[in-house]
Formats: sequence, structure tokens, C-alpha cells
Amino acid sequence: MEKFTRMTGLVAPLDRANVDTDAIIPKQFLKSIRRSGFGPNLFDAWRYLDEGQPDSDNSRRPLNPDFVLNQPRYQGAQILLARENFGCGSSREHAPWALVDYGFRALIAPSYADIFFNNSFKNGLLPIVLDAALVDSLFREAVATPGYRLTVDLEAQTVTTPAGQVLAFAIDPFRKYCLLNGLDDIGLTLQHRDEIQAYEARRRLEQPWLFADPVPGN
Amino acid sequence: MTPKTLYDKLWEAHVIRREADGTALLYIDRHLVHEVTSPQAFEGLRLAGRKPWRTASVLAVADHNVPTTDRSQGIADPVSRLQVETLDQNCADFGITEFKMNDHRQGIVHVIGPEQGATLPGMTVVCGDSHTSTHGAFAALAFGIGTSEVEHVLATQCLLMKKAKNMRVQVDGALSQGVSAKDLVLAVIGQIGTAGGTGYAIEFAGSAIQALSMEGRMTVCNMAIEAGARSGLVAVDEVTVAYLKGRPFSPRGPDWERAAAYWRTLHSDPGASFDRVVALDASTIRPQVTWGTSPEMVAPVDGRVPDPDREPDAVKQESMRRALDYMGLEPNVPIQEIQLDKVFIGSCTNSRIEDLRVAAAVVRGRRVAANVRLAMVVPGSGLVKHQAEQEGLDRIFREAGFEWREPGCSMCLAMNDDRLQPGERCAATSNRNFEGRQGTGGRTHLVSPGMAAAAAIAGHFVDVNSL
Repeated sequence: MEKFTRMTGLVAPLDRANVDTDAIIPKQFLKSIRRSGFGPNLFDAWRYLDEGQPDSDNSRRPLNPDFVLNQPRYQGAQILLARENFGCGSSREHAPWALVDYGFRALIAPSYADIFFNNSFKNGLLPIVLDAALVDSLFREAVATPGYRLTVDLEAQTVTTPAGQVLAFAIDPFRKYCLLNGLDDIGLTLQHRDEIQAYEARRRLEQPWLFADPVPGN
Repeated sequence: MTPKTLYDKLWEAHVIRREADGTALLYIDRHLVHEVTSPQAFEGLRLAGRKPWRTASVLAVADHNVPTTDRSQGIADPVSRLQVETLDQNCADFGITEFKMNDHRQGIVHVIGPEQGATLPGMTVVCGDSHTSTHGAFAALAFGIGTSEVEHVLATQCLLMKKAKNMRVQVDGALSQGVSAKDLVLAVIGQIGTAGGTGYAIEFAGSAIQALSMEGRMTVCNMAIEAGARSGLVAVDEVTVAYLKGRPFSPRGPDWERAAAYWRTLHSDPGASFDRVVALDASTIRPQVTWGTSPEMVAPVDGRVPDPDREPDAVKQESMRRALDYMGLEPNVPIQEIQLDKVFIGSCTNSRIEDLRVAAAVVRGRRVAANVRLAMVVPGSGLVKHQAEQEGLDRIFREAGFEWREPGCSMCLAMNDDRLQPGERCAATSNRNFEGRQGTGGRTHLVSPGMAAAAAIAGHFVDVNSL
């Protein structure tokens, strides 16, 4: 996983509440058995005027000029500003994969759905939670100011506006540690192999039915 | 001792260790796997040279991409076919039990887990699928995970996570005639909102929940995620224990009595503290129909499409306008005037035998309305399909003009060929009415099986009791 420390990036404002993961990456692209290449189909149904398929040549598809990511001023955006309950619905990790593949490194919203929030951390994508009123003011500034950029400092847990306003955000220490160091948490968990095995041995005695082998051919 | 909630008990029984910030290493008893969210996880294992920690904990099935029509020629779409073949290959390579597409036990992962007794009370159950909350109906701590976590569970049998807060949704009283578990949970979502349960595990309790069959409880817990909660829960009672007796993966012999005795402790203690309590009177719940593009956008069948002009909150007002525009609906239109093009009875929410019985009772001796181009029933599993055929339900549906299909996720998310065309309007017993969910430009209204059946006959929404 790529480390996340400090970044300054162009902000794109996506002014909708309850953006679901079906909207972030529609189902037809979930047939892929890879974890890369989803960027061109991020927000596919909003971004293009036709219906995309896994084998479509996206460079030849008609763009929806009204969609925020198609506006010239937001090209190269790395921070997505969103509304409440971003990422609700399906557990598909293809949603953060698509956001990262497109070029986003951080999200700012008043709230996220739990599974999406969790999935983002596993992919070096930082979902920042800020108070709804602050998010609202960032929306106004981002829309009013072409080239609006924010600086995200994970170590300091701050978002800094072009005017120098510093907004603090909270994050779990463990998640912060993993992101700052780009750690694969499977490796971390396997450091506790002995404890897992001891737990399993105890449970095998207490609740042996949990460890029965599946009965084939039933 | 401090009284504990059911969620507290399940959580504490599975914590192996805690980090200083409260992050816990949680042991996972059952891992359900399907073809869409697992290929990258297996690839990750291979790349790191890792093996599954405990293959006997894993049960795999292909459900999202499988055709619901004739399967003798396999899957026509090469991309879908590759994904299913990849699951087959991964299960073969790693020694994982899989119900393949032509196995009579194949079906939707959240239907077959309980049906096989692979979901048991007191377990932690995960799957790379948000509707894993379904299994909480058995007092199992069950929740959806992403693909990185699928890989993590395969490799370590554990997950790193923080404890959620406790919410109790208390539903007392009796549901009226024609009002089902689906209406109950849609009414709950309408009340608390699609993010109302975010950060919580929801325990559904009260006399109306206890009166539900296991199928009904699964429907309720299935949609906990549509209220934002990763997990839904219902306490164990004799209905739970009776359902599990004799299932293929259920404990047998002396283990059965030991297990059942433990399961009967799986309820919230009197006086246990909840961070939030929501109460509903079951007798006031009417048959529900969603009108928008979020499950919280729901109204009683005798209600009207709401008017955004009356919504004070600006963000919500904008969401309502967008939803009505997408749905092609005008404010204040009576729900019963909404005409339908298609009807879908199926999905992990409502494709179990009880659901099919209710729908069949409505359509028996009637005909699907002329304006309904397609009405289809997709049983949740091969075993549900077989049972329904034994009972003659397939004949009732066919004679009424429904198509009777093979089991799978089908038009709930339209990854296979079952989908809406742009602008088509569908009464669906599934769980999500998001934009494009059932096909690009498709318009979904979520309802119960009885209400979907009634809508198919009438050609528009109608109170199932009025037929």
C-alpha cells in the first residue's frame, strides 16, 4: 500500500448526499478479476452520456459536460469533497480502487458509510471527516475559487485552506500508523499467530461444532 | 455483573487481543465467499505466498454472475464466465468447499448459508458482501467486508476492527394482515434514515420481531445495512433452534445439545445499556413502497409521492428533486397510480420459500396485467426452488404469466442478463433502489413479495389486501 503523509491537491466538489457505491463504480465493471483499471469508469453513469461496458473504449464515449469531474477546472483533482453518508450501499472495494485509480488521494465529507470508510484505508485513500458546516464552507470556497487546493497533513491531522485556515480532523491511531507507513495489515496480524492459535485451541474445546469439517455431498 | 447486550456478548467472545486505541483482533468463525469480491483476495494470497488459515471455515458459491435461464450451455458472457471459473479454480487450488453453478444446493450466498446450517448462533460470519447482515437473524455477528478484508480473513482467520455502538430497534405489537417483515424494515429505514444506523450494530427486538419466522428475521437483518448498520441482530429463541435442527452443517449428537444450550444464552440481558433505542408500533405499519433512489425514500401504499417544496433541509430537498427526476415521478402523485413495466421477486432479501408462498397465494388463479412486460420469480437457492416445485408454486406463477427462473442474485443488481432497460419501472422485492442498480436508467420501487405479486396482477401498486 502506498504511504500517505502530506499532500496538496486540487479539490473537486461532488454536491450530492448519500452517494452509493453503485454510483461510484457500476456493477458491470465488477466482473473484472483485477484490482486496477477502474479509474476511467469512476462515476460512470454520471460521467458519460452512454452506457459503459467493460470492453468500451472510454476515450471515444460522449462525456456529460454537466458532471463535475468533466469540467476543465477540476482536471487533475486529487481531493474529492463530498456530502454525508458517502459510499453507502454495497461493500465493493472496487469503489475505493476506482477513486484511487482516477487519482484521488483523500476525501472530505461529513460522514461515510462504514464499509466504504474501512475499505478506503486499506488502499491508501484517506477519508477525512469534518463537521458538516465546515464541509459546507469548503464547498462554497471550492466552487467560488478556480484552482482551489487544500493541503492534507496526516501526521498533524490537519486540512489547510488557501487562506491559511487550519482544520483539525480525528483519525484512529492504528489506522493513521498503517497509512503513514503504508503497512500491509495481514503482516501485522500474522505477528500474533501464536495468540490466534491459542484462541482457536481453546474454542475447539469449548465449541467443537464450530470446527467441524463441511460435510461434502449433503 | 454488568448486563450485556447481545452484540457485546458476541463481540467479547471473539476478541483475541486489543491495541491501545481499542482496535481489536477479532476471530472469524465462518467465511462465505462469492465470485465478485474474492478473485483479487486469492490473487493477493498467491502473490504473498500465503495459504488460507482454515479452509473448513470457508464456504463458496457463485451467485452474482450466474444466468437464471437454462444453464446447460454455461455462461454466455465471457467476462462473467471468467469470474465464475476463477472462483472454481481458486476453490480447487486452495481446497475450499464450493457449491458450483450446477450443484442443486447453489444459490444466493445469504440464502444458502442459513439453509445449510453453515450460519450458526454465536458465530462471527463475514462475506465480501454488504448483505451479510442477513445472518444476524441467527444471533451471529455477521457483517460485510471489502476484498482486502476477504484476503485478511483468508490469511489470518481474523479481522482488525473497532467495536460498534449498540442500537436497539424495538418493534412491539402485531403486524396487520398483508404487512410483512419487509414492510417492517422499510418503515424502520424510513424512520431512522439510510445513515441512521451508521456506526451501530442494530438489535431488532420486541414482540413483532419474535413473532417473525426465521425467513422474516433474515429479511429484517438483511436490510440493516440499508439503514447504515453493518450488522443486524435478533436474539435466539426456540424458532431459531428449531430452524437449525438437522441442517447439513448443524451440530449433531451430543454437540447439538451443548450448542443449543449455549445458543439460548444469546440475547441481551435485562437492563443492558444501548446507545440508541428506536421504538415502532407494528400495528401502525402499512404496506410500504419506495418512491426514490434511496431506501429511506419510502411511503405507505395509500400515500403519495412527497413534495420537495415541503422539505426544509436544502441538501435533502435537492436529493428529493434529483430522485423524482430520475424516477420520472411528479410530487403528490398517489403511489397507487404508479404503473409498472416489470416485476422482480427474488434477491437475498426476499427469495426464500415463505416469500414465494406469500407471492403465490396472491397470484393464484389470476393473470399478470397486460402492461407488465416481464414478471419473474428467482428462487434464492436450488433447494428453495425444489421445495417450491414440490408445493406446486412454480405452476401457480407460470399459469399467472410469471417466468420461473434458476437461483441467483439476478435483477437485484443486474450483473447477469436480467436487467431493466432505461426508463423501465420495476416493482422489486430486493433491497436497493439506487440509480442504475437494476440496469442503467432503470427505476426501482422496493416492496414486499406480496406487494410485488399484487402489483404484477394490477399493473400498478395496490394494497395487497385489496385484491
